[in-house]
Order: sequence, then structure tokens, then C-alpha cells
Amino acid sequence: MIKLLGVLIIVVGFALKLDTIAVVLTAGVVTGIVGGLSFNEILTILGKAFVENRYMTVFFVTLPIIGLLEGYGLKQRAAELIGKVKAATSGKILSIYMVIRTIAAALSLRIGGHVEFIRPLIYPMAEGADKNKYEDLPEEAVETIKGMSASVENYANFYGQNVFIAAGGVLLIVGTLGELGIEVTEKQVSNASIPIAIIAVILVAIQLRLHDRKINNIINKNK
Amino acid sequence: MALEILYILSGLVSMVAAVLSFKDKTLKTRYGTALFWAILAITFIFGKVIPPSIVGILVLVMGVLTATKQVRIGTFKQTSEEFKSEKSKLIGNKLFIPVLSIAAFAFGIGQFTSLGGLVGMGIGAVVGTIAGLFITKASVGETLEGGNRLIQQVGPFAILPQLLAALGALFNAAGVGEVIANGISNVIPTGNIVFGVIAYCVGMAVFTMIMGNAFAAFAVITAGIGLPFVFSQGANPAIAGALALTAGYCGTLLTPMAANFNIVPAAVLETKDKYKVIKTQAPMAITLLVIHIILMLVWAF
Repeated sequence: MIKLLGVLIIVVGFALKLDTIAVVLTAGVVTGIVGGLSFNEILTILGKAFVENRYMTVFFVTLPIIGLLEGYGLKQRAAELIGKVKAATSGKILSIYMVIRTIAAALSLRIGGHVEFIRPLIYPMAEGADKNKYEDLPEEAVETIKGMSASVENYANFYGQNVFIAAGGVLLIVGTLGELGIEVTEKQVSNASIPIAIIAVILVAIQLRLHDRKINNIINKNK
Repeated sequence: MALEILYILSGLVSMVAAVLSFKDKTLKTRYGTALFWAILAITFIFGKVIPPSIVGILVLVMGVLTATKQVRIGTFKQTSEEFKSEKSKLIGNKLFIPVLSIAAFAFGIGQFTSLGGLVGMGIGAVVGTIAGLFITKASVGETLEGGNRLIQQVGPFAILPQLLAALGALFNAAGVGEVIANGISNVIPTGNIVFGVIAYCVGMAVFTMIMGNAFAAFAVITAGIGLPFVFSQGANPAIAGALALTAGYCGTLLTPMAANFNIVPAAVLETKDKYKVIKTQAPMAITLLVIHIILMLVWAF
């Protein structure tokens, strides 16, 4: 049980809103110590994993160009483009994105990403549509649209990806079950992933309808 | 090799943030902030050649800098709203070309070469940056300041995904997963399909919340709970396996430990509440988890 001390540090540290990075590092070092690792081993595992996972932070290379384009009115352009569609709402735009992004994930197409797509294009369109409809958006509405824009990217990515036959998740399932002596094929696993992908799209479409209604309520409340 | 070049480019962007925050006289903590981004740049540029234990020390130094509130957001040169509106009208839809080129290269190179989508994204970013300079007729300096503004807005959270991956590695080395799998398997009655399926799906979600990564949870929970309580009772393995992994993704939607999906995006979109994305996802995650349990019960048996 003492091995769970690191988990406890994470839970307590996050709940008390202490500095996130310091909490994670403390939990890691403590877990290593109670797990019987030497301090040098802890440093080595920490450094090795940090370097191996650099791929998670390579979105940095896209920041200069996105930053530049934003300074030259990229968000305004995206909002203006969507402004031509009078019936558009943030919920409808994000619904369309959900469908396209799920299909892309199912085909293993690398389209999407919070930094590359949501911030420069999708979120400005979603916000622009509602701004067009309601003229002024209170902060609560803006926050709600931001939260939903980021979430839709996750929903589509997570529940769509295993439909692709060579997805990392599919290979992991086949490999793990194989080691436990259970034989399954990639085709069976990717087929078994189709229903939940469809269910997710439907549920998200419902959540987005409720989202449009919520925005409407926020506007009325602030009038 | 190509990937290593991409890491070096990412490191250079971080180094730009270090230099510009060092020069930022209005920032009280400019030394600490500059040091943070410089250390990150060094781990990116030289990560492959520095001994891992030294990287470990550097990472701990970054932790001390954030814990002592030395890393803060500086002031940037920003274009005015009028300038943005004017340029957006003048340049028009050509503004989208650089962003779309990132996606096009990531897709094309990921699909048709062996280099992979990440390298494609990097090449797309380089091509997009050059195209963007032509389209906007901006200077290189403006581009670097644009990058600096975005990197600082994301802030120290940018390194959280890497740190949490490292934490996962330490959890694994210490055997945290086995303790949790044993704990769960001790409380569920054997020979009951309903309890078994609930334990497998909820176990995946909960352990994913702790690890921040459903892949890391899958092997541990499948061996500890899935095999004795679900597969040995005659579940269709492809169906139960596929649903167990996506049940884990319900946990991913709920946890700050999956920082790359939940915390960094909140920072990227500059939400006031850093848990805004998780709060938005919570009702969907719980609904989907329940559906996973029902689906596994009726479809896998």
C-alpha cells in the first residue's frame, strides 16, 4: 500500500491547487523512493522518459507561424467566413467538426489537434458564429465555447481512432491479449470498435444541442 | 534522424522564448523565466546526447523554478485589433494557407512516406512559416515574437505531458499498477459476469485517471482483472478488449493527468479555469462509461 503514496500526493496536491509541476515531480520522486529505487535510478528514469516523450511537445514548431497569422487577423478571417452562414451556431459547427474529425481518425488521417486546428480555425469559427447570432458574448459564454471546442477534438480522436485497423490501440489490444494466450485479429478488434464510435458521435451531437441551448440561456440571463 | 531535427527546431522555439523573456525588462522574474525555457530548449536540442540522469536533474530544476513562482508570462508586442481587421480583409482567405499546409504535409508525409505524421507536421510548419512570411510580408522577428507569445501563454504546462509520462515510468518501475489491480480483484466476487464487467470497465477508467494514459492501464488491468473476471467467463475477446480500451478513454477525459488532452488545450485556448475542458467532458465521460458496461454485457456475452 505504501507504493500508492505517490498517487495520494497527486490527488491531494491537485485538490489543493498547488503548483502542478512540483506536485508531479514530488510524487515521482516519492514513488521511486518507496518503490526501493536509488536516487540516481530515479533521476535516470525521469530524464530518460522526459527525453523519449519529447514528441508530445513538438507542437512548438507550429507556434511561430500560428502566432504570426493571429497577429495578421487569422481569427477574424475565420469568424468572417463563418459569418456568411446565417444559421450557424457554435454547436452546429462543432457537430460538423465532430463528424469530419471522427472519420479522419477512423481513416488514421492526421487532421486535427488543439494547437494546429482548434485554436486558429475551429474555435474562432464557433465563437464567430455565436457572436454573429447574439452580437455580444459574455465571458461565461466564451468559456463554455472554449471548453466545448477543446472537448470535441478529444471525443472524435479517442472514439474514432480504433476503427482504423492498424491504430496503436488496436495493435496494443491484439498484442496484450496474445501475451495472455488469447488470439484475436486486428480486423476483429477494429470492427468491434465501430459501435462505440457511432454512439460517441450521436451522444456528442446531443451534448452540442444542449450546448447551444446553454449559450442561449446565458445570453438571456445576461440581458 | 528526421525526428531529431524536429526536436531541435522545437528546442529553438523554446530558446527564442528564453531570449525574449530575458530581454523583457518589465518582467520581474525574467531570469527564472528565461532559465526555464532555456533548460527546456537544452533538453530538446541535446536530449539525445546528455546522460539521462543529468536531464533528470535539469527537470527537477525546472520544477523548483515553477514551485517558487519564477516562471511568469511577460509582455509582448501585439498588433492592434484595427490592424488585424484591416489585414484580414486585405489578405483574405490566403491567411489559411499556412495552417492548412501543416495539416496537408502531416497527412501526405504520414500517409505516403515512412517518415511519419509528426515529421510531416514539422515539415508543414516550416513550409507554412515560409509561405506565411510571403503572404503577410511580415519580418522574421515578428514571427519569432508570435511564437514567443503563444509559448508563454501555454506556459510551464507545456512540459506537463512529458513529466506525466515520466511519472508513469516511475509508477511502473515501483509496481503501482499491480497494487491497484490486486486491490480491485480482492473486492469483486468471482464467477459473476456483471461484477466482472463493471470492475474491468471502471478499473480501466480509474487506473487511466491515475496514470493519465489508457495504454499504460490496459496491460495491467487486463492481466489483473480482465483475464480472471471477464475473459475466463467466456467473453468475446475482441469485443471485450476493444471496449475495455475505450472505457479507459472515458478515464482520460476525466483526469488532469492526461495533460496533453485536457490541461494544455485549456492553456492553448486561454480558458480562465484550467479544468474547464475536464468539466465540459465529465458528463459525456460518465455517460459513455455506463454505455461501455452495458454494451460489453449484452454484446460480448
